[in-house]
Amino acid sequence: MVIKHQWIFKTEAPWSDANEKMLALDTGSWRTERPVLDKAKCNYCGLCALYCPPQCMKDMGDHYEANLAFCKGCGICAHECPKQAYAMKPEGEFTNES
Amino acid sequence: MKAKKGKVSVMTGNVAAANIARLCRPEVVACYPITPQSEVAESLSGFVADGSLDAEIVEVEGENSAMNVCRAASLAGARTFTATSSYGLVYMYDTLLETAGFRAPVVMINVNRETPGIHAVSSGQQDMISTRDAGWAQIIVENNQEIIDQTIMAYRLAEDYDIQLPVMVNYDGYYLSYLAEAVEMPDQADVDAFLAPLKAQPQRPRIIPGKSTGCGTHGIEMGYVEARYKHWAALERAKKKVDDIDKEFGEYFGRSYGGQIEEYRMNDADIAIVTSGSAAGTAKTVVDAKRDEGVKVGLVKIRLYRPFPEERLIQALKGKKAVGVIDRSICFGWKYGPMCTELKAINSSIGSVPILSYIDGLANLDITIPHINRVVDEVNAAAKGKAYQDVTWIPME
Repeated sequence: MVIKHQWIFKTEAPWSDANEKMLALDTGSWRTERPVLDKAKCNYCGLCALYCPPQCMKDMGDHYEANLAFCKGCGICAHECPKQAYAMKPEGEFTNES
Repeated sequence: MKAKKGKVSVMTGNVAAANIARLCRPEVVACYPITPQSEVAESLSGFVADGSLDAEIVEVEGENSAMNVCRAASLAGARTFTATSSYGLVYMYDTLLETAGFRAPVVMINVNRETPGIHAVSSGQQDMISTRDAGWAQIIVENNQEIIDQTIMAYRLAEDYDIQLPVMVNYDGYYLSYLAEAVEMPDQADVDAFLAPLKAQPQRPRIIPGKSTGCGTHGIEMGYVEARYKHWAALERAKKKVDDIDKEFGEYFGRSYGGQIEEYRMNDADIAIVTSGSAAGTAKTVVDAKRDEGVKVGLVKIRLYRPFPEERLIQALKGKKAVGVIDRSICFGWKYGPMCTELKAINSSIGSVPILSYIDGLANLDITIPHINRVVDEVNAAAKGKAYQDVTWIPME
């Protein structure tokens, strides 16, 4: 058998690195809503970062902040937050920001 | 080199399995007890309690978790061990597939027992057969000494950098699990030395805390096809590897088993019997007796069932005039037993000879000397052109 396939994985098993694969996609462009944090409610528990599907939560030392280049706006951080510290705001409210 | 000698003592197959698992130094053990394997799980917990095994025992609530624990620990780089049987094996079916697909080199003992369908707490190979397409390497052993020797070899196969596959070592429940016989248990230093070449190999990828690496999540299109191709190719490579490890084992410990298959008095044989597991011991006795009567019969014991030893079997059976296959399980949806069905797939390479299927030894029924005598007589008659029955359920007649 002559293999013409270009190998995707360097490894024998399908191993990959999320920093190379997942955070390389322009997932931020999919967003219609974004998580906005009320820092007064946040107790820095880290559940938002744990549940974030693209793992784009940045650790700011006393709270977490979504990296908007990758945040898809799925709202899982807001849903999981035990303190209801996140509000999902429509992107339309931020049209004048970059 | 002089073969390494161990200590000879009498023990059951289960105690032999637990002891050799201990000597292979697994770092994580997750083992849920089930008849007829329980003695393996109990013994391993005992070893950790008395300090003779330095392993993390994860107490799980069932076999599904046991295999998930072993896969995860294996992906983190640990040497792992588990043992199960029957309901336990099929209860971990999804994670059995994942362990193979993620190429985690878990070593598992499966003590053969009949499977769900009809509640049977009794011997039979149906459990192992039900997982034959899971992508594991599956090896069947004949006696307690082979349990010991094959478990050591299983680690060499599983963790080999060119292979990276989980390996299931199967032995007949009740027949071997509870049978006490004399075995030679190798010394710790010799087991360590035989497994040492693994340490010289490149390190396989592993999960590292804080890093963003992971395994097994690329389930679409060419990522999937590539992973499947590599898995398939590794199983093909495993065949020769099994022969090589067996040869090396023989040189080191003075015992070898033929690798993928054992050929017994096959060289000048006209006809052949094919079987596996503890029944092969009885079959050898029958072959010897029939040889004394002038019947040129030989035995092929299938040791490696997955990957199927296609090339070795063709080599061993080519030119024989008829073959009888004794299966200790059923292939639902096919007329013949599972091993017989697969031998039929290579029949054109053997010479398109009669291949007779026999179903025997289900649910603790013995595969007896008279049963195998009958098989030899019928295969011999078929070789001489007499009419034969395609499939015979021996206990039903």
